[in-house]
Amino acid sequence: MYLHLAHLGVILALLAAVVPLPIRRINTSVRLAFALLGLSGVACAFAGGMGMLSNSSMSAVLPIGLPWLHSHQHLDPLGGFFLLLVGGVSGIVSLYGPNYVISSDVDSASTRVLAIFTGLFIAGMYLVILAADAFSFMVAWELMSVASYFLVAHDHSQAKNTRAAFIYLLMAQAGGLLILLSFGVLAGFGDGFTFSAMQNASLPPYWEHIAFGLAFIGFGMKAGIVPLHVWLPQAHPVAPSHISALMSGVMLKVAVYGFIRFCYDLLGTIHWQWGVIVLLAGCASALLGVLYALMQHDLKRLLAYHSVENIGIIYMGLGLSFLFASNNVPTLAALGLIAALYHCMNHALFKSLLFLGAGAVIQQSGRHDLNHMGGLLRLMPITGVCFLVGCISISALPPFNGFVSEWLTFQTALQGTALESGVIKSMIAVAAAALALTGALAAACFVKVFGIAFLGQARTEDMLRAHEVSAGMKGSQVLLALSCLLLGVFPTAAINSMEAIPAVLLGTGLKSTQTNTWLWLTPVSGQAASYGAPMVLSGICIAWLGAYVFLHPRRRKTPVRFSPAWDCGFGPLEARTQYTASSFSQPIRRIFRPVWPIDEKVTPPSAATNGGRYSIHIGDWAWDRLYLPLGQLIQRSARIVARLQGGNIRTYLAYSFFTLIVMLWIVT
Amino acid sequence: MNAWILALIQTALLMLLAPLLSGWVKWIKCKMQCRRGPAPWQPYRDLAKLMRKEVVLAEHASPLFRATPYLVFSVTALASSVVPAFAVGLPTAAIADVIVMVGFFALGRFFLSLAGMDIGTAFGGMGASREVTISSLAEPAMLLSIFTLSMTFASTNLDTMVHFSLTQPFQIHPSFIFSGLSLLLVATAECGRIPIDNPATHLELTMVHEAMILEYSGRHLALLEWASMLKMLIFGVLITNLFIPWGIALNPGVVPLAIGTLSMLIKLMFIGTVLAVSESVLAKMRLFRAPEFLSLAFILSLLGMLSHVVLEVY
Repeated sequence: MYLHLAHLGVILALLAAVVPLPIRRINTSVRLAFALLGLSGVACAFAGGMGMLSNSSMSAVLPIGLPWLHSHQHLDPLGGFFLLLVGGVSGIVSLYGPNYVISSDVDSASTRVLAIFTGLFIAGMYLVILAADAFSFMVAWELMSVASYFLVAHDHSQAKNTRAAFIYLLMAQAGGLLILLSFGVLAGFGDGFTFSAMQNASLPPYWEHIAFGLAFIGFGMKAGIVPLHVWLPQAHPVAPSHISALMSGVMLKVAVYGFIRFCYDLLGTIHWQWGVIVLLAGCASALLGVLYALMQHDLKRLLAYHSVENIGIIYMGLGLSFLFASNNVPTLAALGLIAALYHCMNHALFKSLLFLGAGAVIQQSGRHDLNHMGGLLRLMPITGVCFLVGCISISALPPFNGFVSEWLTFQTALQGTALESGVIKSMIAVAAAALALTGALAAACFVKVFGIAFLGQARTEDMLRAHEVSAGMKGSQVLLALSCLLLGVFPTAAINSMEAIPAVLLGTGLKSTQTNTWLWLTPVSGQAASYGAPMVLSGICIAWLGAYVFLHPRRRKTPVRFSPAWDCGFGPLEARTQYTASSFSQPIRRIFRPVWPIDEKVTPPSAATNGGRYSIHIGDWAWDRLYLPLGQLIQRSARIVARLQGGNIRTYLAYSFFTLIVMLWIVT
Repeated sequence: MNAWILALIQTALLMLLAPLLSGWVKWIKCKMQCRRGPAPWQPYRDLAKLMRKEVVLAEHASPLFRATPYLVFSVTALASSVVPAFAVGLPTAAIADVIVMVGFFALGRFFLSLAGMDIGTAFGGMGASREVTISSLAEPAMLLSIFTLSMTFASTNLDTMVHFSLTQPFQIHPSFIFSGLSLLLVATAECGRIPIDNPATHLELTMVHEAMILEYSGRHLALLEWASMLKMLIFGVLITNLFIPWGIALNPGVVPLAIGTLSMLIKLMFIGTVLAVSESVLAKMRLFRAPEFLSLAFILSLLGMLSHVVLEVY
């Protein structure tokens, strides 16, 4: 039943991809396409939510595909959770889409292309989650990847945009190939391409490690773990903002879904080495992601690096879950899994919120660079407040949602004493410290983003032209901000409804959430740790009210006076005397100096140049040290192989002749 | 119900005591440096004076700038209701464990740094930049040393931790020594004391906290000053009660509560004296030496954690 509803959602999304073709008026066709996408989002979110709450799995075989290879579909709690996430976020984004697309595009043909591929992209994501055999999974996966390539390459007038899109496509294809191979290993032993056949496959441990390694790298390329993240900071600044919101908020989660499905559902047995690998990869991604983000001043590139960080946090939760699962502590494994999934959901919400906010700012001011922004809170109050909510959530501050999932990850890490190995125990403790450092640096980064972009004085004239965006764009941001608050204040309700996922995958739920009321979140036991999020919010409100009432008589007697800010007697304050994004992060740049390849140039003042000049460019070690040498190696070996191709017909005849002889020799 | 009243009393008591602790530290410091110095209750007079004064706001201050003092104050007040000060078993203690409490301070700092950048003067941005740098190094050290304790007590609830260490037979944990030292270093950084920051100076080369709140005046400034005094008191109570828990009331009778309050006062006087002595013998560090100081704290907390895992887990 709910599976059919989900299929209806897929059909609606595919319709949204077709509908812009026949309708000539561009505004009508875009609005219609987004309306259909919104409906499909609602349908899928509802179906997903119901699938998540029900303990059972629904499956169906669709007569689509090759004659002997029908498409298997299913909807279980894990799939339902991710379907809810994809459907919910794309539903909200389709409120934002129409006005954004219409106002930011001049060329109607490219707008049509954008609408078509958005529909295909979203349908692809739904189908990945619903797929129950490797064949449908890979077809849907490729649909998602290729459609998103066209979305990234949307503005292809500039060479750097097409290059970014090409890198994205290349990495998506390489990742897809590895995933295909990992499915191949399972299918080879399990005698069939359906997931149920793969579950029953009995692999020797050797092959289990190979399958895990292929899947880890393959899904990791899409999810963007370090050092496979290089496509993210290139693709996101180029893509339209609502597409960035979908790609970063949702598509990365589809990769996480694939990874969880592959490890917990298909492979079944978890080895402790995998936990160590995933945990370490998570720590590296989280720390390097946030450190690179701190140094960026292009708003969307900064947010892209933060996706790397958050994927790292999700992988840390997963790694802990693997470690506990391999040590036969299923309740703690369930806790780690819940922490990772909760962070998936939170990241989907606050990252799409931030990308939508960034899109609103860029649409209004035409500037990408933080160093050109400033003072936007007064001109765009609602976008500003929603963006602030996103900043607080992503910085993991109570009482918003990002804090809850990081708190759960901390709690999982602190249960590390349940493990036997002392080395792993201390590693988990250090991982917890890395998570703490990540959270603190993320807060530093978002003080920078909000402080530079929305507070202070406008750094360029363009900012003064900005004004509040249209109702649909505001509405989607407000919805996302509200859900960030709700998930932060009522985590117990959310976690109770996710209970079925570990119950199906691990055979056990959390130990103690059911026994407590909705007020307290107690993942292990009430004695060990508790967090009363509703009480925190009401406590802050009560204290605020107390301070307000206490000071009220004073406020009546001496009202606030406004005057120009004190300028130390040196003449009027200018926008240029403010700190910039680069100067704000300078102390951190100096402390963690070796983390980045920094190209810094200082030209002292001279008569020829009007004043001194300072320029700084911050690269990415992964790019400089891994990808460029790899590219050169491939080119060099290609040149060697190319020598075969001399262009002389006699050489080619000789090749055929020798090949024939070798073949005959093999046959005989 | 009685327990809730007791929790309210604790919050009020800590809020009222906070200026006295700052005054006490300053008084001891003056005595040590052979100066006359203001009386210990001078901070109360200062706060009362600031409350009466007019608030002058910059013309282009945003609503965030006006909301920040209230937010910072209420978050700190909430933190003071969570920490076990003179009794354990208070109902408010379950609202937030120690990670949430670190989160409270981080939330206050987030808004304070934003408020610093709001007016658009160079000072505010400078203070905010330095503050987030220092805190991003201090926070992991603090959490790691607290994690060592929570692994020993199998809990992150402050209340349970204190209760557990009181009811267990006394035993010396080597990891506690490292964690305690690390927490002391972190607390000086978090509260903006010498050698990381100097609350008594207004020199742009050295300011951190003062640079952020430079544009505040009147009752807004009073709230922020009060919140920072309260924060110092909370850190004092937290550190002393975690490592020297004796005296704290285990049940809500009149005598245990009286003993608990008295012992809390003695502990606070003690830690205030320690702070005053260390501030008298140390000099303010250059900003870029602060990471060395904080990485020392981090190494200590890491040592604490490792010695816990290696030596104390059987």
